[in-house]
Amino acid sequence: MSAAASLRLALVGAPNTGKTSLFNSLTGSRQKVANYPGVTVERKSGGFVTPEGRSVTVLDLPGTYSLRGRSPDEEITRDIVLGRFEGEAVPDLMLCVADATNLRLTLRLVLELKRVGRPMMLVLNMIDIARRRGVDIDLDKLSAELGLPIVTSVAVRKGGVDELLRRTDEFLDRGHEVAVTNEWTAPTIADLKAAQREADRIIAAAVTLPAKPDTLTTRIDSVVLHPIGGLVILALILFVMFQAVFSWAQPAMEFLSGSFAALGQLIHDWLPESWTLLQSFLQNGLISGVGSVIVFLPQIIMIFLFILLLEDFGYMARAAFLMDRIMGGAGLHGRAFIPLLSSFACAIPGIMATRVIDNRRDRLTTILIAPLMTCSARIPVYTLIISAFVPAETVWGFVNLQGLVMFGLYAAGIISALSVSAIAKFFLWRDHAPAPFMLELPDYKMPRLKSIAIGVFTRAKMFLYRAGTTILSMMVLIWALASFPQAPAGAEGPAINYSLAAMIGKALEPLLAPIGFNWQIAVALIPGMAAREVAVAALGTVYSIEGGKEAADQIGQVLAQKWGLATALSLLVWYIFAPQCASTLAVIRRETGSAKWMVVTFVYMLALAYVASLLTYSLARALGVS
Amino acid sequence: MTGAPTHSQETDRDIRLGHADRGFVGKILRLDAPPSGLSLPPQELEQRLVEMGFVEGARVEILHEGTIKRDPIAVRVDNITIALRRSEAMAVVVE
Repeated sequence: MSAAASLRLALVGAPNTGKTSLFNSLTGSRQKVANYPGVTVERKSGGFVTPEGRSVTVLDLPGTYSLRGRSPDEEITRDIVLGRFEGEAVPDLMLCVADATNLRLTLRLVLELKRVGRPMMLVLNMIDIARRRGVDIDLDKLSAELGLPIVTSVAVRKGGVDELLRRTDEFLDRGHEVAVTNEWTAPTIADLKAAQREADRIIAAAVTLPAKPDTLTTRIDSVVLHPIGGLVILALILFVMFQAVFSWAQPAMEFLSGSFAALGQLIHDWLPESWTLLQSFLQNGLISGVGSVIVFLPQIIMIFLFILLLEDFGYMARAAFLMDRIMGGAGLHGRAFIPLLSSFACAIPGIMATRVIDNRRDRLTTILIAPLMTCSARIPVYTLIISAFVPAETVWGFVNLQGLVMFGLYAAGIISALSVSAIAKFFLWRDHAPAPFMLELPDYKMPRLKSIAIGVFTRAKMFLYRAGTTILSMMVLIWALASFPQAPAGAEGPAINYSLAAMIGKALEPLLAPIGFNWQIAVALIPGMAAREVAVAALGTVYSIEGGKEAADQIGQVLAQKWGLATALSLLVWYIFAPQCASTLAVIRRETGSAKWMVVTFVYMLALAYVASLLTYSLARALGVS
Repeated sequence: MTGAPTHSQETDRDIRLGHADRGFVGKILRLDAPPSGLSLPPQELEQRLVEMGFVEGARVEILHEGTIKRDPIAVRVDNITIALRRSEAMAVVVE
């Protein structure tokens, strides 16, 4: 093989072995996240250059305990390893990643992978932690027993993968003609047991384990997994997370919002006075539209930071343990906790993360309710209305009232999600026994900051990309709808009253009047289908065009003058339930493999939203709130 | 080896892990999944337990219990910790 051709590496390994941080460490930010053709399993690839200057591509395969392929993710790993996956070349070299502190399960996987007969190297990751804990591994002996080259790594430290890079070059230098003799067959229980016994024998021969298990993990767990204390801690973590998202991100958001307003004004002043239409397009359509969405970047970074930190620390599996029975009461599997928690950031990764649930019914239920969890795209809408209508007071001495309302909206989303799940379980699959819950609780580890930074960066990039494409084009559309046809010369009243947007909004008004929405809200809800946060920008566009450029800066103040409190509350409640996101619906269709569940989701959420808003509006009016 | 052992083999010292309390320390004798009550066939449940390290001879210790009905449980299996429900732990016979 010529040195010029790119070497294809694949990372294989059990969950919790630090495979992803090794991948991050090898490729840095040079990563591409896409989907495997035909399925919605995330395909993570990247590249790096070896010390000798060869280019290498790396594929991060989904984590698995064996090649049996119990879930779509695990099937991908199996098919690529076996060279059966159409459109995906067989990796030239497999790197089997093992957690050096915990070799038992990985070594069994290694023995299974060996039967495939392809070039493979074992990477003992987190070797520093293993040594610190007194795990003594005789590398030469282990390598001889397994018949495999072994390399150690510390994915989280600078220089921690140098040996791996050097060994990759050595592998290339030797040349690697593959004589594949695939002996792999789906293992039976007897095979699995025999392999585990063999793995245990090898460990006994080559590894000296410390007398005491990791006492730190044991000590933390005795508090964090305490039947009562554990739940209190979980609630506290979630509460701090939401307070942080709402208040800590505030200064950065105010800075961004001020910058966009200044930029809009600058461009407005720079253009000649006679170019009114271009002035309006750039300031009201483009800059204030995209700006009003980008302002929420600090909050999105904050929520992903929390989720990734907790995951890296090892807490997510504990949360699933604590929540299994409680969620079981609502007909949900403990494993649904992580997808549902991700749905707080965005329902799309949440729905995609349901692939860890291998029971189809549990998975469907989780997919159905994931959009009810308060995603970050709702935050712009909630923030806008709360800051316009809820006073920034402190109640009970320390709780910010605005934060409290926000917490209430999150709680309403969670409670309704659990109720929908309980109803689905009762009506759709009450005759089925619950699926098993089996999960490894990994030892706690210090979060790997660089790896988390890369994770947050990747997601922020995806959000900005969305703001730059889908949302931008929707903003241009809504500006056009709100600006054309233009008001005739000498017409009375605001110009927007003559536009297409007004016609659509007024046509929908009779339907939405019972829940307190005026036609301006109806206009904003339509582009809000592309992405929820667009509604904020759309409201801004609608009202700023109507009220002249002075109003563009302070949408909130305008809303406070134009809407009653009952309307504001009704819109908040609408946003808890409404299926206002076309991309989520598209993902549901793809993940469930049929349009049926997409339609079910859309209809039930729309019905819930209308009924809940109707109740809120009527109740608020009955209580004398205008 | 994969066939379900007959119940005549069961002695007084045999306990099902699903019945054991927190603090229990023992050794796995064999896997014997109940024929019904779970959404998985017994064979598949046993296979998954083996994949998580539940093999004959392994030392098990129940470290933690959940809040409601002391379920699920966190079990130390040799040197790893696995969370599972008591209903699934019924398939693990220990002494």
